[in-house]
Amino acid sequence: MTAVDGVSFNVDRGEVVGIVGESGSGKTMTALSILRLVPEPGQITNGRILYGDRDVVHMSDEEIREFRGNEVAMIFQDPMTSLNPVLRVGFQVEEAMAAHQRFTRTQARERVAPLLTRVRIPAAEQRVRDYPHQFSGGMRQRAMIAMGVSNEPSLLIADEPTTALDVTVQASIIELVRDLSGELGASVILITHNMALIASLCQRVIVMYAGRIVEQGPTRAIFKNPQHPYTWSLLRSIPRVDERTKEKLISIRGLPPDLSKPPPGCKFHPRCRFRVDRCFTEEPSLEEVEPGHLARCWVLMRNVEAPEAAQ
Amino acid sequence: MNAQPTIAVDRSLKKSLVRVENVVKYFPVGGGLFGHSIVHAVDGVSLAIPAGETLGLVGESGCGKSTLGRVIVQLQPATSGHVFFKDVDLTRVRGEKLRRTRQQIQMIFQDPYASLNPRMTVGDIVAEPLRNFRVARGRKAEQRVQEVMRVVGLNPNFVNRYPHEFSGGQRQRIGIARALVLNPSFIVADEPVSALDVSIQAQIVNLLEDLQEKFDLTFLFIAHDLSVVRHMSDRIAVMYLGKIVEIGPSDSIRDKPLHPYTKVLESSVPVPDPDLEAARRPILLKGEIPSPVNPPSACRFHTRCPIAEKICSEVEPPLEMKEAGRFVACHFPGKL
Repeated sequence: MTAVDGVSFNVDRGEVVGIVGESGSGKTMTALSILRLVPEPGQITNGRILYGDRDVVHMSDEEIREFRGNEVAMIFQDPMTSLNPVLRVGFQVEEAMAAHQRFTRTQARERVAPLLTRVRIPAAEQRVRDYPHQFSGGMRQRAMIAMGVSNEPSLLIADEPTTALDVTVQASIIELVRDLSGELGASVILITHNMALIASLCQRVIVMYAGRIVEQGPTRAIFKNPQHPYTWSLLRSIPRVDERTKEKLISIRGLPPDLSKPPPGCKFHPRCRFRVDRCFTEEPSLEEVEPGHLARCWVLMRNVEAPEAAQ
Repeated sequence: MNAQPTIAVDRSLKKSLVRVENVVKYFPVGGGLFGHSIVHAVDGVSLAIPAGETLGLVGESGCGKSTLGRVIVQLQPATSGHVFFKDVDLTRVRGEKLRRTRQQIQMIFQDPYASLNPRMTVGDIVAEPLRNFRVARGRKAEQRVQEVMRVVGLNPNFVNRYPHEFSGGQRQRIGIARALVLNPSFIVADEPVSALDVSIQAQIVNLLEDLQEKFDLTFLFIAHDLSVVRHMSDRIAVMYLGKIVEIGPSDSIRDKPLHPYTKVLESSVPVPDPDLEAARRPILLKGEIPSPVNPPSACRFHTRCPIAEKICSEVEPPLEMKEAGRFVACHFPGKL
């Protein structure tokens, strides 16, 4: 099965890039590949992952360890399963720092409380002695972020960092990620299914479907002028909290394809309302539709008249 | 005691299909040496839903919204209070009358994976209420099952398949078919789309809207996602720590939330528009949601409220009508 197929993109220094897609779209695998953490028996069969001018795919085990620890941090969806329940939170943050030999044990210990304060955990001095179950979901995610940023990484990969959290907590975590990336000057890759979060945080968006990038470009262009039918439909399928006139949501018929037997042609054609004959047999490539804005579609939404009326 | 607002003050709600009066649901927890502690899951909730309306119930995890839903459909008994359906008090009636009334009330659950018996065929799952309520058997039941499967967009030839053969969205359709098979007039939908992928959510939301129109259904739509609740609901009730803090028409709450917690919620939800997002400033709450075992005194939101004053920790504000149709439990409504 090909979970991720021919994905190419770049992230500039200090840039916040969003990867959006549904379950099975390959967004998480793409991110794990960057850290070379693709779970067994999966493997990266082809391609390059350049960090600066170093290729992650060909790093030695020692190099990749060093790279993961000092250059990149990953924040996962479920902070409970990422923390060890029988160790104090402070100790775990300390270990994360000490593991990568940037700090001595004593230095690491001294940095824990200030670090927890930095991610806005109140009364951090006391809370370093708490166990994960004594932390709320939001606090655990903050602790994970503290571990992530402890070595001042230059790339932060956040995989659905707020999906398990309540919306008021989500808001504060997003603010935190925004502020930290500013303070550290770090690049951020935000992986999510939530288009609104992308609009909130990201300068650029990559839309994935069935293991491929179907559209990518500056956030504003993607939201105001989406060219791929999948992006266009997705944006109209989500209800908005500021909704004024109640209109029917555009629903995308059918299901995402089974990647062990993907459809021929464009992978989205079985669900697409705008398909033409060519879509059934020939897969389009990702082409520039305007500077910096790419889409993988034979039709492109700018060529569709009255798209809302299409069946 | 907390107010019983909706019926007393707002005359238009007198013709309600469903009326909840002062419902309390406590759960005992623990039980060590020093006795039990009690979770105040739902603590004095009153509301009314007119026929044909969708009332959205929104709140964060642990606020008691799901428990309230389960108490309303009598999946769990209330600790005290009343639930009226038409004029029947579901907390009091027994036997045949309860059965006949209960038949008109159905529930749709969040997790289409957990709420369907994996060992039963889809046909049996959907037909089960028909048998339980002795409405139809045999050929007649089969026909009804096929009819209702068609209505929810499932192929009626799939009656002999098992739940695992279906996708998440299709499983939720099975759950909806099961809820519809008895021709109910009132449906409690508890997070019906939150486990589904974005592109599938819209399919189910649209289906529920179509069904409401077609069968004249009344909904209590429970969700943590204010965007979905706004889209689905005529009125919205906002819950915090076991109590309703605000209830009113969805549009007017959007334009002018009166309770500080409602305002915080509205400000926290991102919208898929980068221009609006650049301008949005979420109001961030201090601290964590307190434990429902030991809720704060008086106004339960006072420990986190940006505009709380002394009175808020001393006197519990009743849920009162502040404007036409707008009920708020706050000493300083509209001040945040």
